[in-house]
Amino acid sequence: MTKALMKSFRKNWDLYLMITPVIAYFIIFDYIPMYGVQIAFKNFLASKGIWGSDWIGFLHFDRFFNSYYFWRLIKNTVGINVYELLVAFPIPILLALLINEVGNKHFKRFVQTVTYAPHFLSTVVMVGLVLIFLNPQKGIINILISAFGGEPVAFMTEPEWFKTIYVFSGVWQGMGWSSIIYLAALAGIDPTLHEAARVDGANRLQRIWHINLPGILPTIVILLILNVGSFMAVGFEKIYLMQNSLNLESSDVISTYVYTRGILGAEYSFSAAVGLFNSVINCFLLVLVNGVARRVNETSLW
Amino acid sequence: MRETAADRAFGVFVYFCLAVVLVIVLYPLIFVVSASISNPITVLRGEMVLFPTEISFVGYERIFGNREILTGYGNTVLYTVVGTSINLLMTILAAYPLSRKDFAGRQVITWFIVFTMFFSGGLIPTYLLVKNLGLINTMWALILPGAVSVWNIIIMRTFFQSSIPGEIQESAAIDGCSNTQTLIRIVLPLSAPIIAVMVLFYAVGHWNAYFSALIYLNDRGKYPLQLFLREILIKSEVDQMAGSMTTNTQAYLMEAEAIKYAIVIVANLPVLLLYPFLQKYFVKGIMIGAIKG
Repeated sequence: MTKALMKSFRKNWDLYLMITPVIAYFIIFDYIPMYGVQIAFKNFLASKGIWGSDWIGFLHFDRFFNSYYFWRLIKNTVGINVYELLVAFPIPILLALLINEVGNKHFKRFVQTVTYAPHFLSTVVMVGLVLIFLNPQKGIINILISAFGGEPVAFMTEPEWFKTIYVFSGVWQGMGWSSIIYLAALAGIDPTLHEAARVDGANRLQRIWHINLPGILPTIVILLILNVGSFMAVGFEKIYLMQNSLNLESSDVISTYVYTRGILGAEYSFSAAVGLFNSVINCFLLVLVNGVARRVNETSLW
Repeated sequence: MRETAADRAFGVFVYFCLAVVLVIVLYPLIFVVSASISNPITVLRGEMVLFPTEISFVGYERIFGNREILTGYGNTVLYTVVGTSINLLMTILAAYPLSRKDFAGRQVITWFIVFTMFFSGGLIPTYLLVKNLGLINTMWALILPGAVSVWNIIIMRTFFQSSIPGEIQESAAIDGCSNTQTLIRIVLPLSAPIIAVMVLFYAVGHWNAYFSALIYLNDRGKYPLQLFLREILIKSEVDQMAGSMTTNTQAYLMEAEAIKYAIVIVANLPVLLLYPFLQKYFVKGIMIGAIKG
């Protein structure tokens, strides 16, 4: 083993040289913060540094679990994710199945070009558009509601609307882009399967159900695992921009809480503890879902 | 084989669904383009529905007269160019050795890198690190953390392994090429599609990023465009909703309205221009990533 390593090292010394800055990067910007996460168990004082600060055990975790915000944060974080999983996850699959059925090449390409485009809008622009279209007085949605005799809705300041707006604006922006991977999987399905099914008298819907869907199932499972694996890490950037003092009741999630308490409030140790709690749950979920998927489906990440 | 009536009906249904999707996706985009070149009063009154009303470029004039927005634009271009160059270099430096079967230790290094996808120290320890390194309020705070993405390393490594024949590299080595020469003279020239994909992914990421600028920068002169966009598009709306805006005059509203749509167009212009040319490449990029997830 060591002999082989030495041989490779002598022959490929420049490859090792190449990868050195990359390893240095991961040590500095990923592994050092992992080491720094110990401040979650300490009373971090900038003057004493990470190593020199005093250990206080699980005090910050205790404070977090018993705080007024704990259940609200969990409810919102899990709520938004379940909502996304139920709505935003299946839609790209349906879209890909539909696009795959289109015979006209130009129409197909046009649909793809248009639906991929919103992916490239920045989060700031995306939330800006949401605010413009949902504006209580001049937004098009409320103008339509008024036109049909309804009462305008102040979407952004009513907590009960928050999750719906978050999820559906995400669908609008991401469904096309997320469908690419399924389209790729559909393109890989053996066409002879379809021919055989036709001979047996299967109609189009039956062929989608019995050939296309099983054909992309492994891809669906992998993406589902990744999705659940980032369950607690909801898109901070977008939620933070959509938040305001009036919808905080349903828009406050763990990541925005870490940001406001930690960076804005400078409570480093406490929010590091909250963040660590989040990472651990995430890691646990990933391993769990992967295990289930491997047992049920024989498809897994590792 | 002839199509049955049910199949034909299903075909119509497919086109109908996709037509609905097209309208939903296209309408807001067309609305913004039209609104940006319409008289802002007509937009405010809700008279502009789809096509521009009373053509006016007042929003664009205001943008190009605004020093802060221009500075932000310049900063974003700088951060994107420097950031993307570093990203690309680092991705190649990682992906090439890992693609070589004779590179002893690649398994260990791969795990070392991939592990960071599953567990991270989180926001606060990273913030403290950047602070201790003295990067706060410099552009390096936006570029160095995130200098390379694990996902993109995997995509590029897979491309090197699957699309560039090992025999070519071996014969180059026999001819006396060092590994570095093989990479530069043989591998990279054959990798144009994947390099295009990487540049696109990374550059769009830098262009659209606002979060690291929000936490690490405090000098307005260094703000990227997205932070100014946030003020124009989001803060003003929220202030209005909360009723806390003091200068709630007609003139101010008009100004804000005019700028709002134009700035969305201006901010997305580079991506919009590149998009049609790069479309075939990024689809390819995602597919390579999908093969070996």
